[in-house]
Amino acid sequence: MTNPNNISLNISHALEFIDGHALNIPTLKILSDQGDVLDGATAPEIDKETALRIYSTMRFIRLLDERMQGAQRQGRISFYMQCLGEEAAVTASAAALKEDDMIMAQYREQAAIHYRGFSLEEFMNQLFSNEKDLGKGRQMPVHYGSKALHYLTISSPLGTQIPQATGYAYGQKLKHIDKETGELTSEIENVTICYFGEGAASEGDFHAGLNMAAVHGSPVIFYARNNGYAISTPADEQFKGDGIAARGVGYGIKTIRVDGADALAVYAATQAARKIAVENGEPVMIESIAYRLGAHSTSDDPSGYRTKDEEAEFKNSCPVNRFKQWLLKQDWLDEAQDDLEKEKIREDILAALKVAEKVQKPALEDLVSDVYDTPIPSLQKQYEELKAHIKTYPDAYPVTAGRIK
Amino acid sequence: MAKMNMLHAINSALDITMAEHPQACIFGEDVGYFGGVFRATSGLQEKYGKHRVFNTPLTEQGILGFANGLAAFGAPALAEIQFADYIFPAFDQIVNESAKFRYRSGNEFNVGNLTVRTPYGGGIAGGLYHSQSPEAYFAHTPGLKIVVPRNPYQAKGLLRAAIKDDNPVIFFEPKRLYRASVGEVPEEDYSIELGKAEVIEEGSDITLLAWGAQMEIIEQAAQKAAEAGISCEIIDLRSILPWDVETVAKSVIKTGRLVVSHEAPITNGFGAEIAATIQKECFLHLESPIERVCGLDTPYPLALEKEYVPDALKVFAAIKRSMEF
Repeated sequence: MTNPNNISLNISHALEFIDGHALNIPTLKILSDQGDVLDGATAPEIDKETALRIYSTMRFIRLLDERMQGAQRQGRISFYMQCLGEEAAVTASAAALKEDDMIMAQYREQAAIHYRGFSLEEFMNQLFSNEKDLGKGRQMPVHYGSKALHYLTISSPLGTQIPQATGYAYGQKLKHIDKETGELTSEIENVTICYFGEGAASEGDFHAGLNMAAVHGSPVIFYARNNGYAISTPADEQFKGDGIAARGVGYGIKTIRVDGADALAVYAATQAARKIAVENGEPVMIESIAYRLGAHSTSDDPSGYRTKDEEAEFKNSCPVNRFKQWLLKQDWLDEAQDDLEKEKIREDILAALKVAEKVQKPALEDLVSDVYDTPIPSLQKQYEELKAHIKTYPDAYPVTAGRIK
Repeated sequence: MAKMNMLHAINSALDITMAEHPQACIFGEDVGYFGGVFRATSGLQEKYGKHRVFNTPLTEQGILGFANGLAAFGAPALAEIQFADYIFPAFDQIVNESAKFRYRSGNEFNVGNLTVRTPYGGGIAGGLYHSQSPEAYFAHTPGLKIVVPRNPYQAKGLLRAAIKDDNPVIFFEPKRLYRASVGEVPEEDYSIELGKAEVIEEGSDITLLAWGAQMEIIEQAAQKAAEAGISCEIIDLRSILPWDVETVAKSVIKTGRLVVSHEAPITNGFGAEIAATIQKECFLHLESPIERVCGLDTPYPLALEKEYVPDALKVFAAIKRSMEF
């Protein structure tokens, strides 16, 4: 029987609607809030080295966020966004990938780029938009990116990375496709993970990106960070269905929901998702549930739209502490040593901050470079005119005046 | 050389690209087996496989998002938007993403591999939504290149240059000329440099400037002018962004007069940018105000299309106004 409408061929004679919440999607949880593997749960295979790298990444990001939030309040940087409460979601998912898998993040995933090796100095150079910033001082703080670390530079418009991840992952799959049969000739070497929030999932790009990934078989792991709030808008004013996961099923995508404050659940789910993507050449969706313990950004104050009681309820399920308790129970971590290391990290962060804030701003040339591969004539002309103007009024442009050749 | 219409010429440029890059992909609505609603991609799926020439779901923002990702990966991404009138759902992906990819990352990443092909313009009884010329919206965006060919030879050479250029390029194809314009086109590969206008006919009294399908209109107007004893210099701008100020200014310094013509509405059309720049570059050489002969500030009409379009008679009237000023 032909099926031009591409649907389940399943005829019913009863007038019956399917409930909007018919799926009732469960949340995978492996670790208890006290760091014990729960009854009936299976901990993923994870070696000590990886586990400690996940922990040290989360620990570093917690301390970096604390210090840089403070630096913004002191007026030393213009803006900052913390990962508070979502460290396990971001770190453990990145840890389940290959080092050269592509990461396309939204903006709150600094733990993923640090897991890959983005250094303290590199963080600081970006945050202070100085001349050593890989992004040449062009974007607001926290818009990190690194080609070497396979981490696409953050773009402020929400959700734009979602269909891009579909296209990028299609490129990763291309060389594995047999021209005649259209089948995979081998396991796909690399995949793309795409992070976004439950708010961004309301953007048109979300629908476009997921639908195209399903249709074209792009090996993307769509990682929805449902943290309860899009700035001040709570999730119940964002959508009516069963979270973001239900939509994955709607697009015909294998989907799982995990406790995003549970590093082991996130690691296990992402590992399994990656396996599906590389073996089948298809997208997978993970919805991870955590609570944004901090504000949206330094420009936001959650006290106006949520209660202290609600915040207190989630403070107890701190993802960093939960994973730490598990590590202690494995005898893989020494608490006294951990405290000493934290102190050292705090000192390093402060020292790096003091260095980066004194590094000069990018040169004037970086205003006009990279608009095109080479400046077009009209822009070159504008640049020459600007240089002449700055030379005429050097006192008004102290950042660049002294460095114009 | 072979006789080709513009669709054959475009198909040939795409074919060469697909043969050249094993990872180049062509995608858009109906571009697969069907070969696109205008058949620009005919035969390419059979030749290069369904994984490299494929239909996408009906989502322009998705097509451009996908294209940006594929281009960033390093594969030539040849995206088709079925009609330029439908490019607007992709506006964010083009303006905020394609155009800013290199700049915002400090050149860590770029989408120089991206080429967007889209048919534009009127003359096919397409009404509001199959006739627009949206080049000016994109010309306001640093980071993009914009190209419009006038005939099959130009279409193939400019499209190959657009594809090879290491910046995102929007290639507007004059759909009215797809089959109407036929000419000699080399079967082998060649490119025409982007950002360079072409003086098609030298003249001494007045400069006429246009691009794409509007070229044949100003040529007709020049014919009328010649009969009235007026010698027109005719220039095809070819690239809207970057545009060749030097060639246009040189011509206007010689003739002292300029008429710019485009189908898009006059207000904030690209003719405004040209007029502003040329009055600055050529101020002391101008004998009359720069004339713009463009679409009216209305949506593109249907029944009254003939009244709306900047036809040869309107251009001729502008030439006379300029000469008699």
